[in-house]
Amino acid sequence: MTLLAVLSPFALAIVAPWLQRRLDRAAGWLLAALPAVLFIGFLNFALRHPAESHVFSWPWIPSLQIQLSFLLDGLSLLFALMITGIGALVLIYSGGYLAGHPHLGRFYVYLLMFMGSMLGVVLSNNVLSLFVFWELTSFSSYLLIGFYHDRQASRAAALQALLVTGAGGLALLAGVILLAFAGGSWELSELLARGDLVRGHPLLHATLVLILLGAFTKSAQFPFHFWLPAAMEAPAPVSTYLHSATMVKAGVYLLARLHPILGAAPRWQLYVGGCGALTMLVGAGLALLQVDIKRQLAYTTVSVLGALTFLLGLGGETAVTGAILYVLVHSLYKGALFLVGGNVDHAVDSRDVTRLRGLRRAMPITFVAALLAGLSMAGLPPFVGFISKELIYEALHAHDLSLLLAAVAVAANGCMFVVALLIGVRIFVGPPAATPREPHEAPPSMWLGPLALASLGLIFGLVPGLIEGRLIAPAVAAVGQLPATPAPHLALWHGFTPMLLLSAVTIAAGLLVFLGWDFLRARLNRLAPLGRLGPARWYEWVLQGVLGFAHLQTRILQSGSLPVYIATLIVVIILLVGGTLLEQVQIVRLANWNDIRFHELCIILTMMMAILTLVTTNSRLTAIAALGVVGYCVSLIFVLFGAPDLAITQFCIETLSVVLFVLVLYKLPRFQVFSRWPTRLAEAAIAVAFGLVVIGLMTLGMESDLGSPISEFYAANSYLQAHGRNIVNVILVDFRGVDTMGEITVLAIGALGVLALLKLRLDRDRPGKESS
Amino acid sequence: MNPPPARSMMPSLILNTATRYLMPLLVTFSIFVLLRGHNLPGGGFIGGLIAAAAFVLYAIAHHVAAARRALPLDPLQLIALGLLTAVSSGILSIVAGEPFMTGLWSHDPWPVLGAPGTPLLFDIGVYLVVLGVALTIVFALAEE
Amino acid sequence: MQAVLILTVGILYAAGIYMMMRRSIVKLIIGLGLLGHAANLLIFTAGGLRRGAPAFIDPDQSAAALAQIADPIPQALILTAIVIGFGVQAFSIVLIRRVYQVNGNDDLKHMRSTDELGSNP
Repeated sequence: MTLLAVLSPFALAIVAPWLQRRLDRAAGWLLAALPAVLFIGFLNFALRHPAESHVFSWPWIPSLQIQLSFLLDGLSLLFALMITGIGALVLIYSGGYLAGHPHLGRFYVYLLMFMGSMLGVVLSNNVLSLFVFWELTSFSSYLLIGFYHDRQASRAAALQALLVTGAGGLALLAGVILLAFAGGSWELSELLARGDLVRGHPLLHATLVLILLGAFTKSAQFPFHFWLPAAMEAPAPVSTYLHSATMVKAGVYLLARLHPILGAAPRWQLYVGGCGALTMLVGAGLALLQVDIKRQLAYTTVSVLGALTFLLGLGGETAVTGAILYVLVHSLYKGALFLVGGNVDHAVDSRDVTRLRGLRRAMPITFVAALLAGLSMAGLPPFVGFISKELIYEALHAHDLSLLLAAVAVAANGCMFVVALLIGVRIFVGPPAATPREPHEAPPSMWLGPLALASLGLIFGLVPGLIEGRLIAPAVAAVGQLPATPAPHLALWHGFTPMLLLSAVTIAAGLLVFLGWDFLRARLNRLAPLGRLGPARWYEWVLQGVLGFAHLQTRILQSGSLPVYIATLIVVIILLVGGTLLEQVQIVRLANWNDIRFHELCIILTMMMAILTLVTTNSRLTAIAALGVVGYCVSLIFVLFGAPDLAITQFCIETLSVVLFVLVLYKLPRFQVFSRWPTRLAEAAIAVAFGLVVIGLMTLGMESDLGSPISEFYAANSYLQAHGRNIVNVILVDFRGVDTMGEITVLAIGALGVLALLKLRLDRDRPGKESS
Repeated sequence: MNPPPARSMMPSLILNTATRYLMPLLVTFSIFVLLRGHNLPGGGFIGGLIAAAAFVLYAIAHHVAAARRALPLDPLQLIALGLLTAVSSGILSIVAGEPFMTGLWSHDPWPVLGAPGTPLLFDIGVYLVVLGVALTIVFALAEE
Repeated sequence: MQAVLILTVGILYAAGIYMMMRRSIVKLIIGLGLLGHAANLLIFTAGGLRRGAPAFIDPDQSAAALAQIADPIPQALILTAIVIGFGVQAFSIVLIRRVYQVNGNDDLKHMRSTDELGSNP
């Protein structure tokens, strides 16, 4: 089932554009059937096997003992349910939101591709396949953020997200490889049982940092948070699905997944907790400065991701329970609010919180959804958001630094409260304000999603028992490796506790800020120039630096001058090989000087004369004739030393070459001297040095006679097995026939290339080039 | 294409007359070299080159168009035919249930060839490709 | 003779490299041809030199006689290299001819428009 679940969205993606063309409006509903079915399947599994861990594996690369295996336990089930459930609603929503868009089919492809990848991330048991799916989510996120590819801002945001999460992905790859080496397995299910082995490894710190880099970039932790608000260039369903409900939680998932292994590592609490707390505060604060609905929501998402990270860093049963519950709660309300934002934008073509008022009358259903989700986000009873917030305060209560941490949490939750009321309430009540377009209610496909998600927030708040034992407790058990008994106690009322007091403080402070928000924002905006020093700017610096360096090194390395390229290559070879040779050869023993016969000497001398003429002549015809002489001399050498086949071949080729040269001779430029004499001298020196290196190499090589067993084999079997006396020919057509086959194919391609070049008429479109 | 001028590249009566008799001789010789290549110097490469030289000589003495007419096939078709022959010599082995390009041999000696086998067929393919390639290039350049 | 051939190979390499650096496109091709000869001779020499003993065998030849023949493997390598070299040479001749036709220039220093950054016409 798991393999099918991961692969089926990819398969559906292939036919999605076709379905979209055939069915138009109904396509979204039909496509949503797949995640809906998967959702029911996962739910069924969760209800039947709560708190059990199952591994499903298929052989992948058997020779390396790598399997394609999937792990289904409480944690992955919770995420799988969110991915498929919200995925179904988002697919339906997209059909309405992007109705009539020419590239809607493509959008479905990206979205389904993402769904499959995200399921792969949360279900993978093999750390390498987890990494592959992880990168696939970054990739589909890139495509989805840049969906409005005709907008420059979209393309820049998409590239930014890809570079940041992609760089983190590389760190993650290194991290999981270290993890696998330390733990001696590529399977998460085995690694989870070998936490001590990993923690005892000398490279533990590097492993931790690398994995955290991957998780932090993906989950938009400070200072990598800037890509997430920028990613709001994407259409609303993408922001809902990827950038609040699922993908950005992949980092959180990874932290939760590895918590049993790395949670007890020495610096885990410092890094994860510290980074999370900082992100929580920064995100919440920045959210207050925004006026765009989507950007407000994006910054609160950053804040929530910080809170989740912080809780996982803190560790302990209550904190982990808080984190797991918060993952679910946040997906419900934030998904709903993003969709509400999309409805508002779709209806009135504006997302400015300061300008929108009184949309309630025109958009009653959207308002209900917004209100339910907003109140859950604000953390008010009887919504599940309240339970989740209480749980967070309870987790802090147990910690040493409880006062400081409580202050941070109250501040962040206060900001969240403000944003929740701004979007969930303020824009809908009061007298209607003028908008670019007349508001109207969204079609059913677009209010179904937000209403369903927001209602769940209320239902789970009223009856927490629905999720506590079947979803939350097994997930907590998977993270904390605690006994799977439902120890936590999700309820709205716990009596008068310090947590209730903190809630009250949060709400009071939030109300105060909400009422004075316009005034406060105007004051705070004076600090906006400080934002130019933020991490977004660091990213630009790094990017420009890389591009500048690339330009610089291209200019240096790619001078475009062939003599420079050749000289560089040759000088490097001379230095490397020649340097080694000087160490090796003490005395060059050129043996058998007097072994030479008179006619051989004549041939060699003729060749030397021809080479000398070739190098010095200014006549093309002389040069070509001299080259021919060199070739014929080589052919004679072949004759003398037992290679008649070579001699004949060389002779024929030389003849054909001369014919070729003569045919084109008068269409070729005359010889000119282009370089001045110092250059010529330097290049001559390089050439001579290279010749000397070759001589040295050959001399050294000839001293060591390694024998040639293959030649002996060929000589012995040429007649017996291949029925041929000419061993060279037998090698060519029989022993190494496939090589020859390749060679004649290359020749044929070469001839076609010559023909194409000759028949190609570039100058036809460019009159005047010929005459220049 | 423009109608070929009747003039040859090198108007010479002696060359003209000589090549008329030389060319068939050279082509015959090239085939002889090809066939005996398995046991004596020669083979597809050398044979193909000799044949190519013969046609190039003819083209120089008369004209490229005349040389093209003297060929049974277009040089490009020669290349294609040669590749086909070479590949089919290998495929024959597969048909016979042996690995690709295993040599298959006739058991009875034939009149001129001795006992031929698939390597000879392969060599004929090489001959045709080499001939076709050389002529494609030279003719194309000469016709410019 | 071996020493003389080694020397010859060295000279061929030096001359080939020198010609290739001359910036003139015709000389570049001549240089390529020289390098081809150099490489072929290098392999030939390195395979061991035996005067007048071609790599043919008689069915009734003794093992001692077999050891005296020239090494067939370098020969097979060189034979294909010669033919391929011809193909390369023909291709490059046609290429430079075409370049000269289009460019009207044979100085390699002026043939780098694709290598230059931001110089799109």
